[in-house]
Amino acid sequence: MSFLELIPDWLLIHGPAFLMALPLIMAAITAILPNKRVAWASTFIVTAILTLTAFSIALYNAEVGSTLYKMGGWAPPHGISLVIDALNAPVIVLIAVMAFITVIYAMPATIAEIKPNKRAPFYAAFLLSIAGLLGMVVSGDAFNVFVFLEVSSISTYVLVAMGAARDRRALSAAYNYLILGSIGATFFVIGVGFLYMETGTLNMADMARILADMDGGSRVSKIAFGFIVIGLGLKLAMFPLHAWLPGAYAYAPTPVTAFLASTATKAALYLLLRFTFFVFDPSYTYVADVLMFVLVGLGVIGMLFASLQAIFQTDVRRMLAFSSVAQVGYMLLGVGIATTASVAAGYLHLLNHAVIKGGLFLALGAMWYRFGITRTQDFQGLGQTMPWTMGAFTILGLSLVGVPFTAGFVSKINLAEAAADAGWWWAVGIIMLTSILALIYIGRVLLMAYFQSPPEVNGNVVDRNEAPLMMLFPMWVLAIASVVIGVEAGVMVDAATRAAELLLGTG
Amino acid sequence: MSDPQNTSDNPLGRDPHVLLRVISKFLIPLIALFAFYVQFHGDYGPGGGFQAGVILAASVILYALVFGLAEAKRAFPPRLIRYGMTLGVLLYGGTGVVNFILGGEFLNYSTLASDAATGQHYGILAIELGVLTTVTTVMIAIFYAFGSRQPETSDEDW
Amino acid sequence: MPDIFSHFNYVVVIVLMMTGLYTVFASRNLIKKLAGLSVFQTSVFLLYITIGKVTGGQPPILIKDKSYGVDDEGQALLDGVVQVAAGKDSYIIGGPGTDILYSNPLPHVLILTAIVVGVATLSIGLALTVRIREVYETIEEDEIEAADFVYNLEGTAD
Repeated sequence: MSFLELIPDWLLIHGPAFLMALPLIMAAITAILPNKRVAWASTFIVTAILTLTAFSIALYNAEVGSTLYKMGGWAPPHGISLVIDALNAPVIVLIAVMAFITVIYAMPATIAEIKPNKRAPFYAAFLLSIAGLLGMVVSGDAFNVFVFLEVSSISTYVLVAMGAARDRRALSAAYNYLILGSIGATFFVIGVGFLYMETGTLNMADMARILADMDGGSRVSKIAFGFIVIGLGLKLAMFPLHAWLPGAYAYAPTPVTAFLASTATKAALYLLLRFTFFVFDPSYTYVADVLMFVLVGLGVIGMLFASLQAIFQTDVRRMLAFSSVAQVGYMLLGVGIATTASVAAGYLHLLNHAVIKGGLFLALGAMWYRFGITRTQDFQGLGQTMPWTMGAFTILGLSLVGVPFTAGFVSKINLAEAAADAGWWWAVGIIMLTSILALIYIGRVLLMAYFQSPPEVNGNVVDRNEAPLMMLFPMWVLAIASVVIGVEAGVMVDAATRAAELLLGTG
Repeated sequence: MSDPQNTSDNPLGRDPHVLLRVISKFLIPLIALFAFYVQFHGDYGPGGGFQAGVILAASVILYALVFGLAEAKRAFPPRLIRYGMTLGVLLYGGTGVVNFILGGEFLNYSTLASDAATGQHYGILAIELGVLTTVTTVMIAIFYAFGSRQPETSDEDW
Repeated sequence: MPDIFSHFNYVVVIVLMMTGLYTVFASRNLIKKLAGLSVFQTSVFLLYITIGKVTGGQPPILIKDKSYGVDDEGQALLDGVVQVAAGKDSYIIGGPGTDILYSNPLPHVLILTAIVVGVATLSIGLALTVRIREVYETIEEDEIEAADFVYNLEGTAD
């Protein structure tokens, strides 16, 4: 590991605390920076450092295995511990990288979408959101998870509401998100309370040990599990609980949508994995029942219904938002089958979908930036007027559908294989069917873009008007990443398999 | 809010809130003092930055309620709020960073002195001071933000 | 019946929780929804505080000049040592088996954090409501939806 040798030891050891402390402190400083360019620069530097830290922590984790950081020097069951293991290391990298990429894109986007005096607070809220997401992923303490969940959520409500400068519906979208998000977080904290009643500890590893001793625990832990699943289900937009998502994605400022789509629901899904497989265990009958009937059932219904809803949307952002709900269904299906291969496939889809959807929303944001495009019918002729943006959109869109040699294909084929191995042939059929539905809603937009001529404005055909480089670069990074993952998936599949082995104890 | 000196618009010719003003002038310093008691006694008994911050903010809010938002903003300028919020977070985070530089984990106060217990003592003082600053300013910020939105309540609407 | 009275706190928690949740979903007024949300969150505070109560337990405050966790001969009453200060030193604190029984302070600390979270959520929610009122001139959800109907139909606001 030559890369690790370049990284100072203290960063590897104190990395987990550094990941959440740096954005938190810098958010406070960014809020009072007078100049918005300086605010952007500080955010850029912070996310760059975070990306570097996340990568080195992940590599270090691959080398030495799980590490535990004692916050404030307090030993685990009593103190708060930060844990890095095979399960959360990839999610940390994902959040840091997506934050970095979004910040590059945010430079031109905020100039168009956020009022000048709101830009420094915007970046402060953005950093807070990053701190919250990273905090809830690294934390090994159940209540601490709740606190960071709320830190990220509350700053996200603010970020979504900042879309009001562009579209007033952002306000009511943010309000709905606030109500449902708070209910979700409160359900989660009720569940944690019941778990604390049952086990007398808040440390997740300790909880897992005590629950295993009690062979799954009494009715109290069943209630706890129910509350936690519903609470996290709200946060990760599990099918009937996704009402907040289309509005929040559609009307938030474009960099926020891209960041939210690629990280917020993913971090919540990570927590669901952490709780169902690590704190609880699929060997308890009630957990197995929930996995089998609730997660798989809702996942499959979500895949079908949300895909159908996506087809009938007139607003592209809402179309992609419904598609996100459908993709969450794939992940839940993988989690619900609960074999090592299927959990690995679900986890892989989590990572891949974050890359794909983040890129798609960035491309969409660039289209809004140049032409104010939000409707599907506005896509006509975009293949000529914005060829590079549309190129990235096409690659990512095909990846979303699951065309071979793209990231989406890798995770879908892994999921289908895992389902087939477990004997769930009907699930393979559903995966095929929803991929066709995805082809319909993505294909509709692509046909519009490539096979129709650009519209005429005042008698003149709209000229070619490409997005600025700072927008093209991030989306192409993600587009190329999705192809690279599609061709050479080894690293990602390994990471996902290691995570699944850790969860199911089969490693 | 009417100017206390300006009584011409009042048919009775005197300030209708004189009782409120006198009593709150007496109470506000006491409230602030109590806030600092809660803050510094937090080391030994119940109390601490959160509670003290809210109490301290309550004294400013009471002032604003009785003497008007404009007066309150003169006494506690909104400009201070942003710096106060940041200062508090920096005190908190800075303590963690100092612990970290001194060779301990993040927020391991034991590193602050040669003896762990003394170190914990210093650490919690700094942390609670940070919490006090942030909570006070945030509470006042919330009040100012909502208070400034509407024209102030006229005397007749009381 | 006696069960209900021995679990009185839990009954109150459930009633509050359901009242809050019902208010959130049943009312169409933005402020009322937030009020319901607050009631819902408050019920959780009560739930946690209830967990923290130990029958016969005292407030968990150390009293000076009193040794803890040791019997009259100075023998430790707990098997293991419990770390109460960060660092290498370990101390022994009271608990089951010692001469002093404390209520559990941890849920209170957790709820302190949850209260702060609740305040933050509420103030963001209220701030959004203020902005919504400024833009739509109403805080009734039905009227907001009616105002946005054309927007939603055309799929754009521009």
